[in-house]
Amino acid sequence: MLRFILTRVSLVIPTFLGITFLTFILIRLVPGDPIEVRVGERGIAPERLAQLRHEMGLDLPLWQQFLDYVGNVLSGDFGLSLITRNPVLDEFVTLFPATLELAFSAMLFATLVGLPAGILAAVKRGSMFDHGVMGLSLTGYSMPIFWWGLLLILFFSVGLGWTPVSGRLDLLYYVEPTTGFMLIDTLMAGEYGAFRSALQHLILPTIVLGTVPLAVVARMTRSAMLEVLGEDYIRTARAKGLAGRRVIGMHALRNALIPVVTVIGLQVGTLLGGAILTETIFSWPGVGKWLIESIGRRDYPALQGGVLLIATSVILVNLLVDVLYGVLNPRIRHAR
Amino acid sequence: MKRILLGAGLGMAAALALAAPAQAAKTLVYCSEGSPENFNPMLNTTGTSFDVSLPVYNNLVQFERGGTKVVPGLAESWTVSEDGLTYTFKLRAGAKWHSSNDFKPTRDANADDVLFSFNRQWKADHPFHKVSGGAYDYFGDMAMPKLLKSIEKVDDLTVKFTLNAVEAPFLANLAMPFAPIMSAEYADQLLKKGTPEKLDQIPIGTGPFQFVAYQKDAVIRYKAFENYWGGRQPLDNLVFAITPDAAVRYAKLKANECQIMPYPNPADLDAMKKDTSIVLQEQEGLNVGYLSFNVQKKPFDDVRVRRAISMALDKKAMVDAVYQSAGVPAKNPIPPTMWSYNKAIEDYPFDQERAKKLLADAGYPNGFETDLWAMPVQRPYNPNAKRIAEMMQADLAKIGVKAKIVQYEWGEYRKRMQQGEHQMGMLGWTGDNGDPDNFLYNLLGCEAARPGGSNLSKWCNKEFDDLVVQAKRTTDVAARTKLYEQAQVIFKEDAPWYTIAHSVVHMGLSKNVVDYKMDSFGIHRFEGVDLKQ
Repeated sequence: MLRFILTRVSLVIPTFLGITFLTFILIRLVPGDPIEVRVGERGIAPERLAQLRHEMGLDLPLWQQFLDYVGNVLSGDFGLSLITRNPVLDEFVTLFPATLELAFSAMLFATLVGLPAGILAAVKRGSMFDHGVMGLSLTGYSMPIFWWGLLLILFFSVGLGWTPVSGRLDLLYYVEPTTGFMLIDTLMAGEYGAFRSALQHLILPTIVLGTVPLAVVARMTRSAMLEVLGEDYIRTARAKGLAGRRVIGMHALRNALIPVVTVIGLQVGTLLGGAILTETIFSWPGVGKWLIESIGRRDYPALQGGVLLIATSVILVNLLVDVLYGVLNPRIRHAR
Repeated sequence: MKRILLGAGLGMAAALALAAPAQAAKTLVYCSEGSPENFNPMLNTTGTSFDVSLPVYNNLVQFERGGTKVVPGLAESWTVSEDGLTYTFKLRAGAKWHSSNDFKPTRDANADDVLFSFNRQWKADHPFHKVSGGAYDYFGDMAMPKLLKSIEKVDDLTVKFTLNAVEAPFLANLAMPFAPIMSAEYADQLLKKGTPEKLDQIPIGTGPFQFVAYQKDAVIRYKAFENYWGGRQPLDNLVFAITPDAAVRYAKLKANECQIMPYPNPADLDAMKKDTSIVLQEQEGLNVGYLSFNVQKKPFDDVRVRRAISMALDKKAMVDAVYQSAGVPAKNPIPPTMWSYNKAIEDYPFDQERAKKLLADAGYPNGFETDLWAMPVQRPYNPNAKRIAEMMQADLAKIGVKAKIVQYEWGEYRKRMQQGEHQMGMLGWTGDNGDPDNFLYNLLGCEAARPGGSNLSKWCNKEFDDLVVQAKRTTDVAARTKLYEQAQVIFKEDAPWYTIAHSVVHMGLSKNVVDYKMDSFGIHRFEGVDLKQ
């Protein structure tokens, strides 16, 4: 097992370098540098421009900027944001729990709803329920996040007044961040009102962010289940006279879960990508919203650091999924 | 870990809990459009960042609420010497500083604070000059380093500014957001602790609201400052809820999650006007969008051609189609809210027949070919330059002028236009200090007509230039008004620009907001605002 993990980890290094290089180059290909974006109509004297570029290290050749950056990152230094002058890592660490909290709750929502829906659809193949689930999941998968978010806000928040429009916590409450996870922090503070408020604030963004993964999980579960349900050992189990529930729960589901877990793992990337839009709609103070602003301001260090750190978490999750895979299916573990 | 009702953090818990019990407290929530860069307006150039420090700080002088007139701030009075070179400010006695967990002021605001606040930006060897990046863009843009000869402390409550040249807008410059007065005592303490950058992150000022806490990208909290020299505010708490999406800001306003929202979606304006649950305020922005004719290039060196183009373009159609309710046609280079705006001026009529005749007189009976530059980005004074360019192109084709639309990346675009590479091109300007000089001298004076200068038409009219330079050197507002009114007449006759539009800015307010005044400069101030309960 250890060897398996080590091999997987060693594969991560080239991935890191590739991501670092890509983010570094892509943002520099976007026209306008941080200074030009700032000056607007006013313009800037050439001497002052040269001085600022020098202070920001933008006057060095690109390859040197890149090497310096990689060197710094390897020693754990992600640089200072060009705009706020705070360390990028600090900003990321402050904001990332909000994104994680949202992503986690969206995943939970997608799994808790998607899994049973997929199983039921497979078991009742061809029924109205099956068609309904498949139709809805196709719709969900194709839903533009921005439109979907606004629609829910207008209906539930403005129209019915059931949920708050945006934000993370009612402004009546102030909870000193300890873990950065609002649900945990409010509980630790013993503030049940604040906890409830945090939960209410989570509902709509969770639904919006969880819609695509929900659709994917439901469809994947259904097809994996269908495949497994057609296997000989299922027929055997049934022939043995096992109860239907037991056959599905014990024999079919466990085997059907393997591709589903992979898909859930892959959805983490989608979730973090979707979080950028969801956070913007719901004024959710996570890394997505922060990255969008950094692009607008051409805040190179913040963007590079942010993307790199997010990519790291996606890679880590995938690693975890691979390991979990081995746990679910001993054949895979032993084969390596 | 603690939790406090209605704001807190940074150890202000006890004070707050006593000052503002939750039920009775008046809290105004403002749905702001973005996160601030920091809490020091000296370092910033965007309205979003200015807004967050305005509640905290005072300047020596400030703009009256909702206007461009300069009124006393931390200085209760001032005198200008006969020669216009020396400004002596008498500071308010007993103006108190805010306090925080880390800082307890031992004295009131005085001349040392004024010196600190200006020297930080001015003197490269000042211990704070390099802190937080040390880019004092506005201080430089308003030519303060060139203008200032000395700043001296006469006594604890008197400061004397000496200038190198007479500059009438100087007083207005001091009212701009880049010139707040910060506590020298607080700065000293931070420097000793080795954390000077906190000065720009945890602001201590003398203003109407005291900073409480900032949760990055989410919420900024302030509370009324009990000892504010201008009297305690009617509001108890002021909260900025950062909400980047305009449609969501509107939804929050409707759900009463916030009471004031800036920058609505232009597409929502009609619905907002009809919405009886809110109030929609509007005001002409302090800006102008224009089409510049490069008078150093043929055929625009001929005033008849410039006039012909001015008559060939259908301004009303452009404003209706592109600005919709968010713009008004412009006839002068300065916006109507600015003092000295010349109402008597008549715009060129939309008359393509006369335009053709003028072109023929100028020797272009069959028209000509030209370029037509359009900004690649949306600006406050021009929401869609490309679309306007296309409409202009169609209008010009009718008088035989073939215009080719040219676009560059934004930074490059501005640079090339300032070099005068274009024949015709669009740009605009947003006012800084509410002074006509900021438009007329900066954008149309001879000094700015050099390559790289912001007079894009490279138009240098001696008569016009004499007037605006004279106005710059005169401190009497009535006399200046006359000079500027005259200058606008010359501008219109000589037509170096085709003035397109001034934007109209909107704000959405809950019905229970009392006495909110839209600011001419496009910033958002909450002093004096109240909530009906």
